[in-house]
Amino acid sequence: MHSRSNRLSISALLILAALAAAWVIPLLWTFNTAVRPPDQSVSVGSMFQADMTLANFARAWNYAPFGQYYLNTIILVTGVLSLQLVTTTLAAYAFARMSFRGRDFLFLMFLLQMMVPAEALVVPNYATIRALGLVDTRVAMMLPYIASAFGTFLIRQTFRQVPKELEEAAAIDGCGTLKTLWHVFVPLARPTLVAYGLVSVCYHWNNFFWPMIVTNSPDKRPLTVGLALFAKAVESGADWSLVSAGTVIVILPLLGLFLVFQRQFISSFMQSGIK
Amino acid sequence: MTVQPADRKARRRAAPRTGTVSPLRAGPYLMLAPAAILLLAFTIYPILSSAYGSLFERNLSTQQQMIWTGLGNYQALFAAPVFRQVLRNTLVFAAGTIPVSVSLAMFLAVQLNRRFRGSALFRTVFFYPTVIPMMSAATIWLFMYTPQYGVINRMLGTLGLPDINFLGSMETALPAIMVMSIWKDAGYFMIFFLAGLQSLPAELYEAAELDGASPWLQFVRLTFPLLMPTTLFVSTVSAINAFKTVDQLFLMTTGGPNNATNLMLYHLYEQAFAFFDKGIAAAMTVILVAILLILAVFQNQYVDKRVHYH
Repeated sequence: MHSRSNRLSISALLILAALAAAWVIPLLWTFNTAVRPPDQSVSVGSMFQADMTLANFARAWNYAPFGQYYLNTIILVTGVLSLQLVTTTLAAYAFARMSFRGRDFLFLMFLLQMMVPAEALVVPNYATIRALGLVDTRVAMMLPYIASAFGTFLIRQTFRQVPKELEEAAAIDGCGTLKTLWHVFVPLARPTLVAYGLVSVCYHWNNFFWPMIVTNSPDKRPLTVGLALFAKAVESGADWSLVSAGTVIVILPLLGLFLVFQRQFISSFMQSGIK
Repeated sequence: MTVQPADRKARRRAAPRTGTVSPLRAGPYLMLAPAAILLLAFTIYPILSSAYGSLFERNLSTQQQMIWTGLGNYQALFAAPVFRQVLRNTLVFAAGTIPVSVSLAMFLAVQLNRRFRGSALFRTVFFYPTVIPMMSAATIWLFMYTPQYGVINRMLGTLGLPDINFLGSMETALPAIMVMSIWKDAGYFMIFFLAGLQSLPAELYEAAELDGASPWLQFVRLTFPLLMPTTLFVSTVSAINAFKTVDQLFLMTTGGPNNATNLMLYHLYEQAFAFFDKGIAAAMTVILVAILLILAVFQNQYVDKRVHYH
């Protein structure tokens, strides 16, 4: 594609600009509403001239325990990711470098998880969680996601490219399997692990359905579930500056990180293929 | 995933096919055990237990035990007007969102693949919905669609057009959900097309340029056919997303009005957690798993192989 003209035709540029406006207006409007006094957000002409205020954020923060929700989400995403990194790296190494009986069968089992997303299995999995007595716990929110076939395959791909010589050198130095894995494979796979981590954090920061099903108390609920309840409660009063402030509170961290580390985000999602 | 008996282990081939010899014979199994046990518990077992559970129904006289019904739950589902509507809604949703979001993504990628002033900004603008939670997208669009206060109705108002209750009327509710889903996904699909475009051979375009082919002709004869694997891949992802759509429904419509926006996963949730019909919910789980498996097999067999399995 390098030979193609770098200039954009005027018509293409106009269409792009119109689409970009459609894409960005929802966000700008939300931000704008969040920083306006409630009585001023109603009139059309006020978009650029009304007073700015942070009062809506304070109201939203007092209305619902967003601090607690934040903490819950952070515990959830870090918990899931650290456990995922352990299970996926171990499994990826076994699939990349070892031969053993039943390998193909196990491989198929992992493949099946990639094909059947956890969302489809919420009903039987809820029954399992209830049987284990884990309803309304942080563990319950994490359990179905700790083994990640997608992560295993992604990391396995990278592990397969590690030169045999490095591994043999480690073996000569007296490194066992786990030591070799830790000192040779993991450092070489760092870019893949970072990409996988980013996609995992995004997924679980944004995940709603399963956490909503297995939690029922505010001290466990993540941000997404908290936001849904908050918006439902506020919506009836049509207090849109409050809803908008709550929305901004929830999206700001990931949106900020995305704006700063755009390249990394886009290439991680590109590698992922599956959210 | 379990450790094999000692005599079996001893008879195992000494030379592995690939890789190094593990010092521990049990090594690979121990390394796979954590993931494999969780996969068994939360992927394999639930599929099997749903398949089994779908063959039983609640005993209506006692309301307690489950009794054998064979394929009764499936017959009941396909006979139920609500389930048929849910199926129809989901297919309409898929048929409406896939072509629009995929072609929009392709258009954006083709335009933004060139470097020009502002092209990076455009990419950011189209991609950001991917990194925000669907639930935030739902609060944002709930506001957008609101009568009187919402942006869209204000614009209609300035044009002198009447207010539309987008999420409240049967005709507009599902299309409104489809539009916000396209908004959420198109930028994500765009990056796959950008990756696809980057891998196209530059010589072909140089040759086409020499032959005096117009940009449109280049797109029709070269870009579009060469991007076909990506198009198929993205279309299947989009189809899978259609069957997984649920989050925004909780906030925006709760499946209404009158089931107009009730999609597969939301209806499954209702059956299990609002109507407590275990047999029907199990049968719906099986149907959903079957659909997703078919789509995934299609994706793996015929479509661009992103991860090489063997």
